[in-house]
Amino acid sequence: MYQLSLDNLQNFFRQIAAHEKLYIPTDKDNVAVYAEYAEGMQLTQKLNTNRSAKDFFFPQTENLYDLRMNGKNLEIEDTREACEDFVVFGVRACDVRSFAILDKVFLADPVDSYYKNRREHGTVVSLACTRPEETCFCQSFGIDAAAPEGDAACWIADGSLYIKANTEKGETLLSYVADLLTESDGSAVAAQQEKTRQLLAKLPLANTDFEGMKKTDLMAHFKSPKWAGLSEACLGCGTCTFVCPTCQCYDIREFDTGSCVKKFRCWDSCMYSDFTLMAHGNSRNSQLERFRQRFMHKLVYFPDNNDGVFGCVGCGRCLAKCPISMNIVKVEKALEVQDA
Amino acid sequence: MTKETLIPLLGVVTDIRADTPDVKTFRVEAPNGGKVFEHIPGQCAMLSIPGAGEGMFSITSSPTNKEFMEFSIKKCGKLTSWLHQMEVGQEIAIRGPYGNGFPVDTEFQGKDLLFIAGGIGLAPLHSVINYCRDNRDKYGKIDIVYGSRSMDDLVDYKEIIDEWCAEDGIDVYLTIDRAQEGWDGHVGFVPNYVKELGFDTNKTAVICGPPIMIKFTLAGLVELGFDKTQVYTTMELRMKCGVGKCGRCNIGDKYVCKDGPVFRCDQLAEMPDEY
Amino acid sequence: MQDKMIARAKELLRDGAVNRVLGWKTGEFVYDITPAVFTSAEELDRDFVFDAFTAANLSKYLVKESKKEGKVLAFLKPCDSYSFQQLIKEHRVDRENVYIVGIPCEGKVDIEALKARGISGITAIEETADAVTVKTVYDEDITVAKQDVLFERCVNCKSKKVVICDEMLGENGEIVDSDRFDAVAKLEAMTPDERFAFWQNELSRCIRCNACRNVCPACTCEKCVFDNVNSGVEHKVAANSFEESLFHIIRAYHVAGRCTDCGECSRVCPQHIPLHLLNRKFIKDMNELYGEYQAGADTETRPPLVNFSMDDCEPSIVYQRGGNA
Repeated sequence: MYQLSLDNLQNFFRQIAAHEKLYIPTDKDNVAVYAEYAEGMQLTQKLNTNRSAKDFFFPQTENLYDLRMNGKNLEIEDTREACEDFVVFGVRACDVRSFAILDKVFLADPVDSYYKNRREHGTVVSLACTRPEETCFCQSFGIDAAAPEGDAACWIADGSLYIKANTEKGETLLSYVADLLTESDGSAVAAQQEKTRQLLAKLPLANTDFEGMKKTDLMAHFKSPKWAGLSEACLGCGTCTFVCPTCQCYDIREFDTGSCVKKFRCWDSCMYSDFTLMAHGNSRNSQLERFRQRFMHKLVYFPDNNDGVFGCVGCGRCLAKCPISMNIVKVEKALEVQDA
Repeated sequence: MTKETLIPLLGVVTDIRADTPDVKTFRVEAPNGGKVFEHIPGQCAMLSIPGAGEGMFSITSSPTNKEFMEFSIKKCGKLTSWLHQMEVGQEIAIRGPYGNGFPVDTEFQGKDLLFIAGGIGLAPLHSVINYCRDNRDKYGKIDIVYGSRSMDDLVDYKEIIDEWCAEDGIDVYLTIDRAQEGWDGHVGFVPNYVKELGFDTNKTAVICGPPIMIKFTLAGLVELGFDKTQVYTTMELRMKCGVGKCGRCNIGDKYVCKDGPVFRCDQLAEMPDEY
Repeated sequence: MQDKMIARAKELLRDGAVNRVLGWKTGEFVYDITPAVFTSAEELDRDFVFDAFTAANLSKYLVKESKKEGKVLAFLKPCDSYSFQQLIKEHRVDRENVYIVGIPCEGKVDIEALKARGISGITAIEETADAVTVKTVYDEDITVAKQDVLFERCVNCKSKKVVICDEMLGENGEIVDSDRFDAVAKLEAMTPDERFAFWQNELSRCIRCNACRNVCPACTCEKCVFDNVNSGVEHKVAANSFEESLFHIIRAYHVAGRCTDCGECSRVCPQHIPLHLLNRKFIKDMNELYGEYQAGADTETRPPLVNFSMDDCEPSIVYQRGGNA
């Protein structure tokens, strides 16, 4: 593990940015956002960014390819380009884990080359949490906010930044800033981790346990009478989906530029009424069905297909952002009671 | 760059046949001739035209055909309307094949097969029926029950009469919903006709048609003594990616585009009823 | 107030005057409150809540609830009562199927405003008449004046008067003098370029989640044009960073004259876009061009945009106001 005085943080950022594009969480219009580092840009003091970090690998919209029609002739142009190397600094443990969940979807056969391209060129530098919020429940998914994963992991303690490389990409990153770093025994980090873990244990959602969901079979959860009450007030908006670091459903659409048709994809939400709409009908006509789909997918279907891994990392964004404050924790608790 | 499954290949429409007033069959070949890709019966392909969109269609030709692929498509939306007005020589974008297809080399082998289709539901079965005809020694007796609204709405009528009906070991039962002039065959809905015909329960059945027809036909087969493990169907759901990622056709822990579209009815019974 | 409301709801349920109650349900924390329908005294005792955080406007739920079997009791705050009355005016709710109990409101606390003061890890919140005291996992005990952490719409409250109800619980308030148009005036004072830059910056954050539209009591179309695949304008994402303006400006036009300025759009926006400013600009313009008008204040007055009088301004007003209008 290496150490760097926080007085040197701007130099640290500057030297990384000299090698690769660097993104850090910073304050803009009263919320934390990831922004490309510019001279003097300050790291946010907020716990996490308003939007998740999934944009880096699965952006809200991206072009897939171009189509050009000329009479009966059609031209298909592969517009993919190799992504530039980039570094994302300050990703929290929950968001780092979300990449592993997205990987299970996009890197499964057949590999999504758009996602893979970004993933290969991106270096994830995590940052341990020290001030968790009441909406946090990452520990329910075995995530340790005090020991985040990532190509390199960082801690801020006692006026210093501590950094440890976990992968080759992480080592490369350290080489950019080697002259700024001194070796450390990590004792300050250990002390801070201990403190953070005590705080985590005191959080109101500390004991939320999703494993109970696995005790009941798929159809019993699906047919639970609780869905009606849970979904009753749902507005059918896409806020939960779009702030979620693991939601990965997408739509493929066209945009006519006048000279060509750009096929692009964009985030979609199973909460939207047109998600399953076809020319001859809709397989989920009520908000109850659409609401149920989102939570069943995260808590039942996804684990069924992915060795028991839930499609949630407990970042708490949906808890904070849902206009009617309905969320995955409330759903889990309601289903658990019914199934007990 | 590695191959990207979302990026389509180029296909040329080399023949267009009007099957019924609202169904046309399109023959698609690669620009330099031959097939754009290989498939197994029951698989689908994503066809697209810039400006009109992209849609998933059953490949209706048998893979035993080495020169081209065919698609029988009913006109019902924006994309299908566009396809219906295009002319021979038109290039289209095509990607696939998608889905699991029918278990023609495993579960179907050596079995007597009963194919039941309603309307455009014949399209997904057309491929597997012709595949079985071309590999006649691998399968037992073949029965085909096919119904549509009227005589004019029977897809592939000429092929059915000239080829399927004329072949040994194949019995074809046609029906139309309402009596009409020039029709001396059976009149009535498919599910009832299947019950009237009363097939042996040692057959493996495959159903495809409108959801309501599938539902009642399955119930009829169960009444006749069929087990759900003997009955297959192929589903249609809104799809976008075709590779089990975009989430649109997710039902339970299955993705229709990847784990289907062919399901055995006992599998369906264990899935949420969202199709 | 909460106890009084529960007691009254139980009475009305017991007497059979209503068969269910529309209110707010307690959550995992103090502030994560969900609109809910209660059908029994036990449910009311267990889950019904009314406090500084019961901000959600319940009126829109009555579009569906009033079509169901039996009468529903709805507790409406002043803001909600304007929205409800506007829905009556538009024939979107069945008035006879709703029993309204009006409740006074002294403003609701915005949890985001509390958090913006650096408060996090909340374990408990206690409320007094003027202040909230927050306890956190960091062993903090922070007391904040409510006035300092209210929603914008409450800071600039336009009316504490419940305009429609079958009975009032507590004393009804009055229409109040509000500074709500000050922020609009500030925008009007900008040059067109500055104003464009302002909105470009704000709207570029939009993630097109549709929360603003779906929560809006004035947005009750059976099928929104932006959801209609055949409309040609249905989009889930912007073609460029400013295309979202189309969605928001069209929406603002469509609710012009019907928007009661309840502020739900800005309350629910996960990206903190001050969407109410668009609607308020329209309200201010209509007030100035056609005379004072408050949507939802009554069911009789003709809304300015569907009315005609010889005194109406000419379309040329657009040119007279020029780029700075």
